[in-house]
Amino acid sequence: MKVMVYKRFERFWHWSQAALIIGLMLTGFEIHSSYSWLGFETAVNAHIVMALLLIALWLFAIFWHFTTGEWRQYIPTTEKLAAMARYYAFGMFKDEEKPYKKSLSAKHNPLQRLAYLVFKLLISPVIWVSGMLYLLYPYWPQLGLGWLTLAPVAIVHTAAAFAMLVFFIAHVYLAFTGKPFYEYVHAMITGYEELDDEDAKG
Amino acid sequence: MLLVAGSWSAAASTGLPVKPGSSTADHGKFAELQKDFASGPEVTRACLACHTEAAKQLQQTTHWKWEFNQPQTGQLLGKKHEPNVFCGSLKSNYPRCTSCHIGYGWEDKDFDFTAEQNVDCLACHDTTATYLKTEAGAGHPAYEDVLVNGEYKIENKRPVKKVDLGMVARNVGPTSRQNCGSCHFFGGGGDGVKHGDLDSSLINPDRALDVHMDAGGLNFSCATCHTSDEHSVAGSRYAMEAKDTHGIDIPGSSHGGRASCESCHGDKPHDFGVNNKLNDHTGKVACQTCHIPEFARGGVPTKMYWDWSQAGTKMKRDENGELVLNAKGKPVLYFEYDDNGWMTYANHKGEFRNAVNVPPVYRWFDGQVEYTMLDDEIDPEKRVSVNKVKGSHDDPDSRIWPFKRMTGKQPYDKQTSRLLATNVFGPDGDDALWTNFNWVKALMVGQADAVATGAAPDPFSGKHGFVDNEMFWPITHMVAPKEQALQCDSCHARDGRLAELKGFYMPGRDSSVWVDRLGTWAIWAALAGVLVHLLGRIIFGRKRS
Repeated sequence: MKVMVYKRFERFWHWSQAALIIGLMLTGFEIHSSYSWLGFETAVNAHIVMALLLIALWLFAIFWHFTTGEWRQYIPTTEKLAAMARYYAFGMFKDEEKPYKKSLSAKHNPLQRLAYLVFKLLISPVIWVSGMLYLLYPYWPQLGLGWLTLAPVAIVHTAAAFAMLVFFIAHVYLAFTGKPFYEYVHAMITGYEELDDEDAKG
Repeated sequence: MLLVAGSWSAAASTGLPVKPGSSTADHGKFAELQKDFASGPEVTRACLACHTEAAKQLQQTTHWKWEFNQPQTGQLLGKKHEPNVFCGSLKSNYPRCTSCHIGYGWEDKDFDFTAEQNVDCLACHDTTATYLKTEAGAGHPAYEDVLVNGEYKIENKRPVKKVDLGMVARNVGPTSRQNCGSCHFFGGGGDGVKHGDLDSSLINPDRALDVHMDAGGLNFSCATCHTSDEHSVAGSRYAMEAKDTHGIDIPGSSHGGRASCESCHGDKPHDFGVNNKLNDHTGKVACQTCHIPEFARGGVPTKMYWDWSQAGTKMKRDENGELVLNAKGKPVLYFEYDDNGWMTYANHKGEFRNAVNVPPVYRWFDGQVEYTMLDDEIDPEKRVSVNKVKGSHDDPDSRIWPFKRMTGKQPYDKQTSRLLATNVFGPDGDDALWTNFNWVKALMVGQADAVATGAAPDPFSGKHGFVDNEMFWPITHMVAPKEQALQCDSCHARDGRLAELKGFYMPGRDSSVWVDRLGTWAIWAALAGVLVHLLGRIIFGRKRS
């Protein structure tokens, strides 16, 4: 049966976060002098505005995760983890069945859970903390951070940005591995997915 | 009379252009000035009859003493003492150099610095633009017409005509760009030669050349910023205020004159914008760094290179190979010019390079300038910094400043490894380089004066060489309209204007090579993985169907 898997807020959060992260990567790597596009000043200003919007979005998202209990979706599990990895490496080519069945209470396969957990608890916090420090650079002396120098903060921020881009590449590719290829993206847009009756109960 | 003097100095201290007739004193009506004057000192005596303390005040200033005790480095500086990369040194060249002294008659080392009538009031207070101190007159103005081939000789772009001292005295007024510029625009021997941000184009500049001095706009005089107290003018090149943290100068919180941008603009002059980033820069970057993108923008070239070793290498000879001599029996001068009409060679001075619209070089600067004096040893194998600007990225009192970096070659003593003073000027003697083209003689005489005045410990050994040099001139004039200020990526770029400044991380310029390398590899690996996986799906998908 067709079930609403991704609620309205969840979809809003996903897509606005996606847009902000793409914008942040584009402006961020320009600030890093990887290429010229908007010009340094515009890139910096846009980067800051988008970063602040993303922070606001995350505050709402964190609230949503806890009030809805959806945070449980990201608890890592080893069950079928190897099977899932094997599926991506071999099974998918032989048109095997996915070793994992989606349900409302477990929307993500074990590999997804792990990847999103790394995204949420590792890459994002590192980029945020370093980014906030970067933003507050002029106020370091008042914040008791006078001992800090810009180089490590900037380099950590850059490293996390590279990790974010790698995540982004893999995530976008895997989003197009459904049947038909746009199955997952379609679900993320409409919110609805075809689930077995049993799994649809949540 | 005292009341008159009081109101006059009030007008002068604001430094703003005084409207004609706004002063309460009309010097044209003063009985003391209703006469002809035969000499400068005679005029000064008349001035001092009313302005009784003026000469005493002037005699305390750097303008008079040409001497500056640098408090931080302990060096005794000033034009009287320090060498430079232009004509080298004041030593033995007095009447030529002191043509720009605010006095009369500094002809040799024994000048009397206490004689009050030798203070030149008119150099700074002439409003007629007819008062010209002749270029080799030890500070005296032209007392006679000087003609060359029936035409007035031109010095510093003005004809050398007998100055009507009475007329000039009856028309004195506040200082103007013309007054200050008659010396400061022509330092180093000609228009724009020395500073790069000071030349005759500033007598009547437009907004694009200098927003403050813009003749059709704000029309600031030099004294608008270089305020003075007891004739001592604010703004020193030897101990600059590289970072003015005293805020806007208003009565009650006025600090050391108005000779800093911050004196009027404060240290947070920009709009907040998205994150106040421009204002955050003022602690580390001088205003001039962004707001003077290039110097020598008025069309007058400034000297960027002066190689003394080439002096005398090309002489004018007749068809028999004999030196062509002038009426005094000395070799004639010989010049070469480039396509712009700028001098590239003079046989008495050497080889030059000139430039207009020059982007500055940038250095961390705490305001202190340390000189290589005539008694300091040098390493002749290395480029000598005739002056060094002090400062560092980790010093909170330093900021990034723009400079004109002048280079060239100048003589040094191979025996003592010290810079040498050259007797360049002396039209009637057998010693001066510019007349006789003999380095050894010129160095003997120049250095002898340096020894006699205590500036150098040893006379010239007889063996000289030429050492590569450099000298830094802070750039602070020719402030461009804000639309022409540097943009962020002028510096925040891989090879931007601050590429030379090391030791600190600057976004857009710096990165970790290893993070960039690993990050790039990771991206390519991810893309390759995706591509292989996609191809696999397509190939196996086809096989199945």
